[in-house]
Amino acid sequence: MEEIWNGILRAVELIVTLNPEVMEITARSLFISFTAVFLAAIIDIPLGGLIELRKFRGKRALVDLIQTLYGLPTVTVGLLVFLLLSRSGPFGSLELLYTPTGMVIGQMILISPILIGLTISALRGVSPHIRDTAISLGADESQVIRTIIKEARFAVIAAVLIGFGRALSEVGVAMMIGGNIRDYTRVLTTSIALQTSMGNLETSMALGIILIGISMILNLSLSRFQGR
Amino acid sequence: MAFLEIRNLRKSYGRAQILKEINLSVEKGEILGLIGPTGSGKSTLLRLIDLLEEPSRGAIILEGRAVSGRSEKERIAARRRMAMVFQKPVMFKSNVLDNVTFGLMVRGEGQAEEREEKARAALQAVGLSGYESRDANTLSGGEMQRIALARAIVLEPELLLLDEPTANLDPRSASAIDSLLQSLAGGRTAVILATHNMMQCRNLADKVAVLVEGRITALGESEAVLGQEERSATSGWKVPGFDLPW
Repeated sequence: MEEIWNGILRAVELIVTLNPEVMEITARSLFISFTAVFLAAIIDIPLGGLIELRKFRGKRALVDLIQTLYGLPTVTVGLLVFLLLSRSGPFGSLELLYTPTGMVIGQMILISPILIGLTISALRGVSPHIRDTAISLGADESQVIRTIIKEARFAVIAAVLIGFGRALSEVGVAMMIGGNIRDYTRVLTTSIALQTSMGNLETSMALGIILIGISMILNLSLSRFQGR
Repeated sequence: MAFLEIRNLRKSYGRAQILKEINLSVEKGEILGLIGPTGSGKSTLLRLIDLLEEPSRGAIILEGRAVSGRSEKERIAARRRMAMVFQKPVMFKSNVLDNVTFGLMVRGEGQAEEREEKARAALQAVGLSGYESRDANTLSGGEMQRIALARAIVLEPELLLLDEPTANLDPRSASAIDSLLQSLAGGRTAVILATHNMMQCRNLADKVAVLVEGRITALGESEAVLGQEERSATSGWKVPGFDLPW
């Protein structure tokens, strides 16, 4: 118990004194996950809008499939992206394996079902009369999608926050695609795993506290948006 | 050649036939009153004309060119010549000014300042000056109805489709809206006014079509049609399936 208590004190000290390594890992984690969520949102939110607003054969099956993929195991995505980016894979020549860019791609794939699926759910909450009104006033398809997304903006922002939380806290993609290379691809989750296995519990706990802190801020923001 | 012509129009949902062999025409500057009981197909007919739905059969012809059954691009182009006020209008989650300028914005008309100026004029026309920055979704049903009308007239449409536009209004506001619609008569706008209100129809419409169970049972000059309907009602004769509500 004393060891844990000392570990917590040391962890707080590392955070308060802005330990360079801890801060660097935190900044890298935030940057990679933020980039992944930003790029995924640009693609997935309009895609969710298209799927929801268009009528096509197999739409229900597609939505069911997307929702099934919410719980996609991170190591499976990691393995898939690893196979794609490895030297012998189809995108091996891009040399993205063990790079932050590769990690961004992996996280984008991981959170895409969540962003698309939750966008679809968010848009379903908008009255169909809004769609008719926008169309009647002369909006084309992309303007209708933008209007409906704007109407559901708080629910869509909540979807993005959930995606960000998932990207930031995952370890499978970060480990398998990033390789946990010091000063390059090491992020909060992979660093916690490494430091724990090396017995550096203080650093591990400091990083864990930061990760929990970020999650709590995300959840608080989420409840604010969901409450609107 | 009429500005708007509806030819042999039918609409079915599954086995239910909502509209049967509708034939109508409207000229610019003319107000066509569309009266009929609830469920007679008035709203469906307006939605078909606004190209929100496709007819099962028949055609909607705008200045000699069929606009129904066309590509989405062509339908958008045709729809941008029209504006519709729904029976229960909804507001976008924004202020009144944004709601009124929406149509101008998506149609790419003018700069922001010009659009706002037009919107202010439209709000003044419906008696809602000073409402620009109000949250549109906090307004009363009657105010929303008037904003929906402002949202339509600001577009200066060639064809204005009105589905019970004064249903939620108090008599004074309804009268002001009637005057506004009257001012559109004789101009460049053709108006189709779906209403339960026979008095409103008599005051505003040049022509009247009576719609009963999806079929037009009477069509002609408003005085002639409404006079006949009134006489029929008082003599005990009824248009089949249509209990006159007035």
